[in-house]
Amino acid sequence: MDIRKITVFGGIGKNGEPENVERFDLKMGDIISIVGPTGCGKTTLINDIELFANCNTPSKRKVLINDETIPEDFSFDPKEHPIALISQYTNFLSDLPVGEFLKIHATVRGAENIEQIIAETLEFANQLTGEAIIRNTAMTELSGGQTRSLLIADAVIIGNSPIILLDEIENAGINRTKALELLKNYKKIFVFVTHDPRIALLSDFRIVMKSGSMQKLIRTNQEETLAAGELKKIDDIVLHFRGLIRAGEEISELVLRESIQSLAK
Amino acid sequence: MKLVIFAGPPTCGKTTVIRQVIRRMLKKEYKPSFVKIDVLYADEDETINKEFGIPTKKIYSGELCPDHCNVVVLDEIVDWARNQGSDYLFVETAGLCLRCSPYIENSLGVVVLESTSGMNLPRKIGPMLTLADIAVITKIDLISQAEREVFRYRVIEAAKEIRIVESNALYGIGIDPIVKQIEKSNEIEEPMFLRGNPPVGTCTICAGKKEIGAKNHFGVLRTMEQELFYVGE
Repeated sequence: MDIRKITVFGGIGKNGEPENVERFDLKMGDIISIVGPTGCGKTTLINDIELFANCNTPSKRKVLINDETIPEDFSFDPKEHPIALISQYTNFLSDLPVGEFLKIHATVRGAENIEQIIAETLEFANQLTGEAIIRNTAMTELSGGQTRSLLIADAVIIGNSPIILLDEIENAGINRTKALELLKNYKKIFVFVTHDPRIALLSDFRIVMKSGSMQKLIRTNQEETLAAGELKKIDDIVLHFRGLIRAGEEISELVLRESIQSLAK
Repeated sequence: MKLVIFAGPPTCGKTTVIRQVIRRMLKKEYKPSFVKIDVLYADEDETINKEFGIPTKKIYSGELCPDHCNVVVLDEIVDWARNQGSDYLFVETAGLCLRCSPYIENSLGVVVLESTSGMNLPRKIGPMLTLADIAVITKIDLISQAEREVFRYRVIEAAKEIRIVESNALYGIGIDPIVKQIEKSNEIEEPMFLRGNPPVGTCTICAGKKEIGAKNHFGVLRTMEQELFYVGE
């Protein structure tokens, strides 16, 4: 299916009142975020998108592809399923070696050059993880971060899904800056559910959720893009020190203070 | 009256799917009744009766295989449901042995499969899947997109004509298409016939002979090398 546009029409919040955001559109290449406190309905919103809700979920939202509804009993060929959802609960269950598993998925997806696509997927995944994923490792032996990295790489490259929904990947211990950077090279629709200000500010716009309801749509303006640049510096310091601690270094207050001062200059 | 038979491996989410279906059927002012066939223990009849106030019943198959039991008692169950004034009868089976299936000719058969049971499940469960009209795949939120695709592909590979519904039944997601198919299904045709062929022969093991080895049994037997042979009259 050739997807050009997704439209989401607001439904009702937990209190039964209509949502403030009546509709939003997603075009290929868009990166958006869904933000809000825990329990406010962020995951429900991406579930609605994933299921192409047609006023038939508790939120009564409606999702259109290329301005058309998807019939309720429409059955996507698994090769053509346009959406990949990677959630905080998503896991691999198969205990096959990574290479074998990717081969099965690539075959189901009808890929032509299977060996090449597997190599590409692993290369992508390994840019996001701390320790590299080895082809012969059993899927169930992967760490949380490795699993999440492979899920993303698999969805982007083997699944080649035009729409990718990522639910709180910042908790997974992957290199999210690198992830965003890599993902931007692919012309897809990315929807992040996130608590991470940096991901939110790097998005084209963000939806603010409250009590199961889409409250606001905020487009990232020039001011915010500048702020995102500053935030990046702070974040990089945190990441740098995380790296040091991971590598077994000891941290001194002096070094940290110097880092912050050099940031101020 | 219409009959819908739900089958699926233990703990796959059959009852959760059925509860969501019943909730929607009641909203549409239908009068469903529910029967659970299980081997040793079941309390779904009580919980569903408590939640919805509809007629429910449980049948323990005991020493019989639950699908065998279903074949033997289903006509009485249908009479019971009619006497309750029901227009829909939902039967939930235990579906333990993978050699036969409980579905009835011209009535709807629904198999419930848990996506978390592994990508090979659709290749393992035989007629319970291949003879069903609808495959409901549950717990879809818990597995990777890749495995979900492989799972779905293998369901279609095993049962070409089957209608697949992916569902997160806890949140009532994916239930409406099932209800639509139930409404479209046929009235019970009597006498009722089992849709699939039961396992071959009369089983001496089922009859209680516990000795190991083909020499101790009769009927259609086999060797380790898959040669079938017959001992008996």
